[in-house]
Amino acid sequence: MLSWPEPFVLRAFLAAVGLALIAAPLGCIVVWRRMSYVGETLAQAGLLGVALGLALHIDLTLAVVIAAVAAVGVLTMLGRQRVVPLDSALGLTHHATLALGIVAIALAKGPGIDLMSYLFGDVFAVTSTDLIWVYAGGAVVLAAIFYLWEPLVRLSLHEDLATAEGLNPRLTRAAFDLLLAVVIAVAMKIVGILLVMAFLVVPAVAARPLSGTPARMVLLAAAIAVTSTIFGLWLSLSSDLPGGPSIVIAMCTVAAISLLAGSFRQG
Amino acid sequence: MERSSLSLSQQTGHASPPATAGCGHDHAQNHDAAPVANALISARGLWLRRGGRDVIAGVDLDVLPGEIVTLIGPNGAGKTTLVRLVLGIDKPDRGEIIRPVSTRIGYVPQRFEVDAAIPMTVEGFLALGWPVPAKDIAKALDDVGARRTAHQQLSKLSGGETQRVLIARALLRRPNLLILDEPASGVDFAGEAELYELVGKLRDERHLGILLVSHDLHVVMAKSDRVICLNGHVCCSGEPEHVSQHTEYARIFGPKGASSLSVYRHHHDHAHDLAGEPKPLVPDDSDGRGS
Repeated sequence: MLSWPEPFVLRAFLAAVGLALIAAPLGCIVVWRRMSYVGETLAQAGLLGVALGLALHIDLTLAVVIAAVAAVGVLTMLGRQRVVPLDSALGLTHHATLALGIVAIALAKGPGIDLMSYLFGDVFAVTSTDLIWVYAGGAVVLAAIFYLWEPLVRLSLHEDLATAEGLNPRLTRAAFDLLLAVVIAVAMKIVGILLVMAFLVVPAVAARPLSGTPARMVLLAAAIAVTSTIFGLWLSLSSDLPGGPSIVIAMCTVAAISLLAGSFRQG
Repeated sequence: MERSSLSLSQQTGHASPPATAGCGHDHAQNHDAAPVANALISARGLWLRRGGRDVIAGVDLDVLPGEIVTLIGPNGAGKTTLVRLVLGIDKPDRGEIIRPVSTRIGYVPQRFEVDAAIPMTVEGFLALGWPVPAKDIAKALDDVGARRTAHQQLSKLSGGETQRVLIARALLRRPNLLILDEPASGVDFAGEAELYELVGKLRDERHLGILLVSHDLHVVMAKSDRVICLNGHVCCSGEPEHVSQHTEYARIFGPKGASSLSVYRHHHDHAHDLAGEPKPLVPDDSDGRGS
């Protein structure tokens, strides 16, 4: 169907596959630590970052990283309050950041800002610079995750036990949140703010019923993510559908089948 | 106002010798402020204030090698908080914790409900964080009587199995001090007795110091060398018999708690006579220390 791919198609494949690989280990940790909504809030803080970048004329990806890191700080403080449960507090920040972001973008009013492209991304508009962000940034993130892997798994299992055994929970958590912010910022341009977390969470969910060890879950999540990405992009090209959402649909289909199979086996 | 009443309770807790008059049996905390020489861990004058009240008020604590110290007290007495201070998870507002460099702590937390989202076998869990040879893992599981769980998922274990696996992980760190926070929570009655049996066995075989937290009294007492009754401050402490007769203890736990103890005491005397097992118990704990 496709002859030799055009450069924009090749870039789309390279960016999405790279992202799928980076997202797999982080997505597993996000699922283990029940951080899906934390991630959503960070992603939506990205809009504020875009507005900031437009206002200050700095690199948008960098601006998004800054905004996401700032959001991590706010969320950390929210995590310490005991007035409402954390998920309610996240329900607040989640919508607050989205609303603020949209307003901020409207105020920044740069020439030809397409809000939709930030919300949903455009995988076929990926530039060479974006690719450098994905692969250079991704390499750094993966190296850091590899180094932090056992502490992160131990923290996910039981924070007090890990702390009593000598881990520094705050430092480890802060490092992970920072990595998450970077990945979200890089992924945002490709899949958009609203679907970023799907890239992290959905493959991990799909891999869970088929995994008995943390390492296997990460590898499977990566395999599922890459396969879904390739299939989703092919679907998008052949049927003229939006790229990012097509990938996410492919991922979700695998996850649904995997979860169904998993619950049948259990029942 | 509040402060002054609290400092009063502090005095009854670890008072200077003259103040023990009303505390007939309370001698365990009456050693001087200096930590006991060979203690695995010592706490002196710990205070922790949270939410406008003193959760821990002037607590002293020592655990010696080969000694089982049981921390009892009603819910909200600060037992877990004290353990967290001893472990260094939280920092006290005042007071100090002396932990010799030779002390290696193995910790068994109170609740360990592994999220089903995390795939983790028992073997994998025991090797997580530091390299452990497979035969050491098998041996540790053998020692706690949980060998058949080796390939099972952590999230699928029963309460008793989970506790045993946690003890195995703690043992793999080659501790000389084992700290167990409510090890019998989520374990049925028979399992509870077995678990304390195991703790006693570990003490006997490895000469571990053991700090045990519990809210249920009678089963725990069987193996304890010393019981510390905590209610923010140390109400009373000493041998199980002494504590059970203490008026402060009776006031906190009521007649029911006291009677369940007397049931235990009978059982204990009986077992002691039959087995003739020499227990390293001395009538007065502080005397035992001093010698």
